[in-house]
Amino acid sequence: MNLSIRQEKNEDVVVLYLSGEIDAFTATKLREELIPLAEMGQTVRVDLSGVDYIDSTGLGVFIGALKATHITEGNLTLVGMSTRIKRLFSITGLDEVIAIDEEGSK
Amino acid sequence: MKQHEADHIQMSVPAKPEYVGVVRLTVSGIANRAGFSYDDIEDMKIAVAEACTNVVTHAYEDGGTINISCFLFANRLEIVVADKGQSFDVSEVRDHLGPVDSTRPIADLKEGGLGLFLISSLMDKVELSNESGIVLVMTKFLHGDEVEQDVDGFPETQPEQ
Repeated sequence: MNLSIRQEKNEDVVVLYLSGEIDAFTATKLREELIPLAEMGQTVRVDLSGVDYIDSTGLGVFIGALKATHITEGNLTLVGMSTRIKRLFSITGLDEVIAIDEEGSK
Repeated sequence: MKQHEADHIQMSVPAKPEYVGVVRLTVSGIANRAGFSYDDIEDMKIAVAEACTNVVTHAYEDGGTINISCFLFANRLEIVVADKGQSFDVSEVRDHLGPVDSTRPIADLKEGGLGLFLISSLMDKVELSNESGIVLVMTKFLHGDEVEQDVDGFPETQPEQ
Protein backbone atom coordinates (compact mmCIF):
# COMPACT_ATOMS: atom_id res chain seq x y z
CA MET A 1 0.00 0.00 0.00
CA ASN A 2 2.47 2.53 -1.19
CA LEU A 3 3.22 4.84 -4.05
CA SER A 4 6.65 5.81 -5.24
CA ILE A 5 7.25 8.67 -7.62
CA ARG A 6 10.38 9.27 -9.67
CA GLN A 7 10.75 12.50 -11.58
CA GLU A 8 12.86 12.87 -14.73
CA LYS A 9 13.36 16.30 -16.22
CA ASN A 10 14.38 16.65 -19.83
CA GLU A 11 14.63 19.93 -21.71
CA ASP A 12 10.95 20.59 -22.13
CA VAL A 13 9.21 17.54 -20.68
CA VAL A 14 8.87 16.34 -17.12
CA VAL A 15 8.17 12.64 -16.79
CA LEU A 16 6.71 11.25 -13.59
CA TYR A 17 7.18 7.52 -13.16
CA LEU A 18 4.62 6.19 -10.72
CA SER A 19 4.68 2.78 -9.18
CA GLY A 20 2.45 1.22 -6.57
CA GLU A 21 -1.08 2.09 -5.57
CA ILE A 22 -2.96 5.38 -5.86
CA ASP A 23 -5.73 5.62 -3.26
CA ALA A 24 -7.09 8.02 -0.66
CA PHE A 25 -3.86 7.74 1.33
CA THR A 26 -1.23 7.99 -1.41
CA ALA A 27 -3.11 10.46 -3.65
CA THR A 28 -1.87 13.30 -1.43
CA LYS A 29 1.70 12.51 -2.36
CA LEU A 30 0.82 12.45 -6.07
CA ARG A 31 -1.09 15.72 -5.78
CA GLU A 32 1.87 17.46 -4.11
CA GLU A 33 4.19 16.33 -6.89
CA LEU A 34 1.96 16.73 -9.95
CA ILE A 35 -0.16 19.83 -9.32
CA PRO A 36 2.79 22.29 -8.94
CA LEU A 37 4.21 21.06 -12.27
CA ALA A 38 0.83 21.58 -13.91
CA GLU A 39 0.54 25.02 -12.34
CA MET A 40 3.94 25.98 -13.74
CA GLY A 41 2.64 25.23 -17.22
CA GLN A 42 5.00 22.32 -17.74
CA THR A 43 4.58 19.60 -20.30
CA VAL A 44 4.09 16.60 -18.05
CA ARG A 45 4.00 12.93 -18.97
CA VAL A 46 2.82 10.58 -16.25
CA ASP A 47 3.96 7.01 -16.70
CA LEU A 48 1.50 4.63 -15.05
CA SER A 49 3.10 1.36 -16.11
CA GLY A 50 4.12 0.58 -12.53
CA VAL A 51 0.69 1.35 -11.09
CA ASP A 52 -1.39 -1.66 -10.15
CA TYR A 53 -4.27 0.11 -8.39
CA ILE A 54 -6.05 3.42 -8.82
CA ASP A 55 -9.45 4.67 -7.68
CA SER A 56 -11.41 7.91 -7.94
CA THR A 57 -9.11 9.78 -5.57
CA GLY A 58 -6.29 9.20 -8.07
CA LEU A 59 -8.53 10.09 -11.00
CA GLY A 60 -9.40 13.31 -9.12
CA VAL A 61 -5.73 14.29 -8.96
CA PHE A 62 -5.43 13.92 -12.73
CA ILE A 63 -8.58 16.00 -13.23
CA GLY A 64 -7.06 18.69 -10.99
CA ALA A 65 -3.81 18.59 -12.97
CA LEU A 66 -5.69 18.79 -16.26
CA LYS A 67 -7.57 21.86 -15.07
CA ALA A 68 -4.32 23.49 -13.96
CA THR A 69 -2.58 22.83 -17.30
CA HIS A 70 -5.62 24.21 -19.07
CA ILE A 71 -5.12 27.54 -17.27
CA THR A 72 -1.32 27.65 -17.61
CA GLU A 73 -1.30 26.22 -21.14
CA GLY A 74 0.80 23.35 -19.97
CA ASN A 75 0.24 19.82 -21.14
CA LEU A 76 -0.65 16.56 -19.42
CA THR A 77 -0.36 13.14 -21.01
CA LEU A 78 -0.80 9.77 -19.34
CA VAL A 79 1.19 6.82 -20.65
CA GLY A 80 1.69 3.15 -19.91
CA MET A 81 -1.81 2.35 -18.67
CA SER A 82 -2.77 -1.26 -18.02
CA THR A 83 -6.07 -2.46 -19.50
CA ARG A 84 -7.56 -2.45 -15.98
CA ILE A 85 -6.72 1.22 -15.47
CA LYS A 86 -7.74 2.11 -19.02
CA ARG A 87 -11.13 0.57 -18.24
CA LEU A 88 -11.63 2.96 -15.30
CA PHE A 89 -10.83 5.92 -17.53
CA SER A 90 -13.41 4.78 -20.09
CA ILE A 91 -16.13 4.02 -17.50
CA THR A 92 -15.72 7.51 -16.05
CA GLY A 93 -15.42 9.17 -19.46
CA LEU A 94 -12.04 10.62 -18.51
CA ASP A 95 -10.44 9.09 -21.60
CA GLU A 96 -12.39 11.69 -23.57
CA VAL A 97 -10.91 14.68 -21.77
CA ILE A 98 -7.40 13.60 -20.69
CA ALA A 99 -4.72 12.83 -23.27
CA ILE A 100 -3.74 9.17 -23.09
CA ASP A 101 -0.77 7.86 -25.03
CA GLU A 102 -1.57 4.25 -25.82
CA GLU A 103 1.99 3.51 -26.81
CA GLY A 104 3.68 1.40 -24.18
CA SER A 105 0.39 0.33 -22.63
CA LYS A 106 0.35 -3.10 -21.14
CA MET B 1 -31.78 -11.41 3.40
CA LYS B 2 -31.14 -14.76 5.07
CA GLN B 3 -27.95 -13.87 6.80
CA HIS B 4 -27.69 -17.13 8.68
CA GLU B 5 -26.83 -18.87 5.44
CA ALA B 6 -23.81 -16.70 4.95
CA ASP B 7 -20.34 -16.51 6.40
CA HIS B 8 -20.12 -13.16 8.10
CA ILE B 9 -16.86 -11.26 8.33
CA GLN B 10 -16.91 -8.02 10.25
CA MET B 11 -14.41 -5.27 10.88
CA SER B 12 -14.29 -1.71 12.09
CA VAL B 13 -11.51 0.69 11.22
CA PRO B 14 -10.90 4.36 11.99
CA ALA B 15 -12.27 6.65 9.29
CA LYS B 16 -8.79 7.65 8.14
CA PRO B 17 -7.23 7.40 4.64
CA GLU B 18 -4.46 5.05 5.81
CA TYR B 19 -7.00 2.34 6.69
CA VAL B 20 -8.78 2.30 3.32
CA GLY B 21 -6.04 0.11 1.88
CA VAL B 22 -6.33 -2.30 4.79
CA VAL B 23 -10.04 -2.79 4.09
CA ARG B 24 -9.33 -3.12 0.36
CA LEU B 25 -6.81 -5.90 0.90
CA THR B 26 -9.05 -7.72 3.37
CA VAL B 27 -12.00 -7.71 0.96
CA SER B 28 -9.63 -8.84 -1.79
CA GLY B 29 -8.63 -11.80 0.38
CA ILE B 30 -12.24 -12.75 1.12
CA ALA B 31 -13.25 -12.48 -2.55
CA ASN B 32 -10.24 -14.53 -3.57
CA ARG B 33 -11.15 -17.19 -1.02
CA ALA B 34 -14.71 -17.23 -2.42
CA GLY B 35 -13.43 -18.01 -5.89
CA PHE B 36 -14.14 -14.75 -7.73
CA SER B 37 -12.28 -13.98 -10.95
CA TYR B 38 -9.35 -11.58 -11.06
CA ASP B 39 -11.44 -8.85 -12.71
CA ASP B 40 -14.31 -9.23 -10.24
CA ILE B 41 -11.88 -8.99 -7.33
CA GLU B 42 -10.30 -5.85 -8.78
CA ASP B 43 -13.80 -4.33 -9.24
CA MET B 44 -14.70 -5.08 -5.61
CA LYS B 45 -11.40 -3.65 -4.35
CA ILE B 46 -12.18 -0.35 -6.07
CA ALA B 47 -15.85 -0.34 -4.97
CA VAL B 48 -15.07 -0.97 -1.29
CA ALA B 49 -12.26 1.59 -1.36
CA GLU B 50 -14.60 4.18 -2.88
CA ALA B 51 -17.19 3.46 -0.19
CA CYS B 52 -14.62 3.82 2.60
CA THR B 53 -13.11 6.94 1.03
CA ASN B 54 -16.57 8.52 1.00
CA VAL B 55 -16.89 7.85 4.73
CA VAL B 56 -13.40 9.25 5.38
CA THR B 57 -14.15 12.38 3.34
CA HIS B 58 -17.77 13.15 4.17
CA ALA B 59 -19.11 11.35 7.23
CA TYR B 60 -17.39 12.78 10.27
CA GLU B 61 -16.13 16.13 11.40
CA ASP B 62 -14.02 14.88 14.31
CA GLY B 63 -13.20 11.35 13.25
CA GLY B 64 -15.25 8.19 13.60
CA THR B 65 -15.45 4.60 12.54
CA ILE B 66 -16.12 2.74 9.30
CA ASN B 67 -18.02 -0.49 9.85
CA ILE B 68 -17.53 -3.11 7.15
CA SER B 69 -19.43 -6.37 6.95
CA CYS B 70 -18.96 -9.04 4.32
CA PHE B 71 -21.67 -11.67 3.89
CA LEU B 72 -20.43 -14.52 1.80
CA PHE B 73 -23.29 -16.53 0.30
CA ALA B 74 -23.00 -19.53 -2.00
CA ASN B 75 -23.68 -17.37 -5.05
CA ARG B 76 -22.64 -13.88 -4.03
CA LEU B 77 -20.66 -11.58 -1.79
CA GLU B 78 -22.46 -8.72 -0.09
CA ILE B 79 -20.28 -5.94 1.23
CA VAL B 80 -21.89 -3.50 3.66
CA VAL B 81 -20.10 -0.26 4.44
CA ALA B 82 -21.75 1.83 7.15
CA ASP B 83 -20.99 4.93 9.16
CA LYS B 84 -22.70 6.89 11.88
CA GLY B 85 -21.81 10.26 10.48
CA GLN B 86 -23.84 12.97 8.87
CA SER B 87 -26.35 11.88 6.26
CA PHE B 88 -26.97 13.43 2.89
CA ASP B 89 -29.86 13.52 0.47
CA VAL B 90 -29.62 10.15 -1.25
CA SER B 91 -31.90 11.05 -4.16
CA GLU B 92 -30.00 14.28 -4.77
CA VAL B 93 -26.76 12.32 -5.04
CA ARG B 94 -28.34 9.70 -7.28
CA ASP B 95 -29.56 12.34 -9.71
CA HIS B 96 -26.02 13.58 -10.23
CA LEU B 97 -24.33 10.26 -10.81
CA GLY B 98 -22.67 9.87 -14.14
CA PRO B 99 -19.44 9.91 -16.11
CA VAL B 100 -17.50 13.01 -17.03
CA ASP B 101 -19.23 15.07 -19.70
CA SER B 102 -16.60 15.77 -22.35
CA THR B 103 -18.74 18.46 -23.96
CA ARG B 104 -18.41 20.68 -20.87
CA PRO B 105 -15.48 23.09 -20.47
CA ILE B 106 -12.45 21.65 -18.69
CA ALA B 107 -12.69 24.38 -16.04
CA ASP B 108 -16.07 22.92 -14.97
CA LEU B 109 -14.74 19.43 -14.29
CA LYS B 110 -14.96 18.31 -10.67
CA GLU B 111 -12.17 16.46 -8.89
CA GLY B 112 -14.62 14.47 -6.79
CA GLY B 113 -17.97 12.84 -7.26
CA LEU B 114 -16.93 9.86 -9.36
CA GLY B 115 -16.78 7.45 -6.41
CA LEU B 116 -20.45 6.47 -6.16
CA PHE B 117 -20.72 6.34 -9.92
CA LEU B 118 -17.80 3.91 -10.05
CA ILE B 119 -19.36 1.75 -7.32
CA SER B 120 -22.62 1.48 -9.25
CA SER B 121 -20.69 0.67 -12.44
CA LEU B 122 -18.42 -1.96 -10.92
CA MET B 123 -20.84 -3.87 -8.67
CA ASP B 124 -23.84 -5.94 -9.78
CA LYS B 125 -26.26 -4.45 -7.27
CA VAL B 126 -26.01 -1.40 -5.03
CA GLU B 127 -28.37 -0.20 -2.30
CA LEU B 128 -27.93 3.03 -0.42
CA SER B 129 -29.88 4.15 2.61
CA ASN B 130 -29.53 6.81 5.23
CA GLU B 131 -31.05 6.21 8.59
CA SER B 132 -28.47 7.16 11.17
CA GLY B 133 -25.48 7.63 8.92
CA ILE B 134 -25.09 6.04 5.53
CA VAL B 135 -25.43 2.33 4.79
CA LEU B 136 -24.18 1.12 1.44
CA VAL B 137 -24.83 -2.50 0.43
CA MET B 138 -22.85 -3.69 -2.58
CA THR B 139 -23.32 -7.12 -4.14
CA LYS B 140 -21.22 -9.09 -6.59
CA PHE B 141 -22.54 -12.40 -7.88
CA LEU B 142 -20.17 -15.30 -8.23
CA HIS B 143 -21.34 -16.21 -11.70
CA GLY B 144 -22.11 -13.41 -14.11
CA ASP B 145 -25.43 -14.97 -15.17
CA GLU B 146 -27.28 -13.91 -12.01
CA VAL B 147 -26.62 -10.25 -12.45
CA GLU B 148 -29.54 -8.03 -11.58
CA GLN B 149 -29.16 -5.13 -13.88
CA ASP B 150 -30.68 -1.91 -12.70
CA VAL B 151 -31.15 0.67 -15.40
CA ASP B 152 -30.93 3.56 -12.99
CA GLY B 153 -27.89 1.97 -11.42
CA PHE B 154 -28.71 3.29 -8.00
CA PRO B 155 -32.01 2.26 -6.42
CA GLU B 156 -33.05 4.04 -3.29
CA THR B 157 -34.02 1.63 -0.54
CA GLN B 158 -36.17 2.18 2.46
CA PRO B 159 -34.65 1.09 5.75
CA GLU B 160 -36.22 -2.14 6.99
CA GLN B 161 -38.20 -1.76 10.13
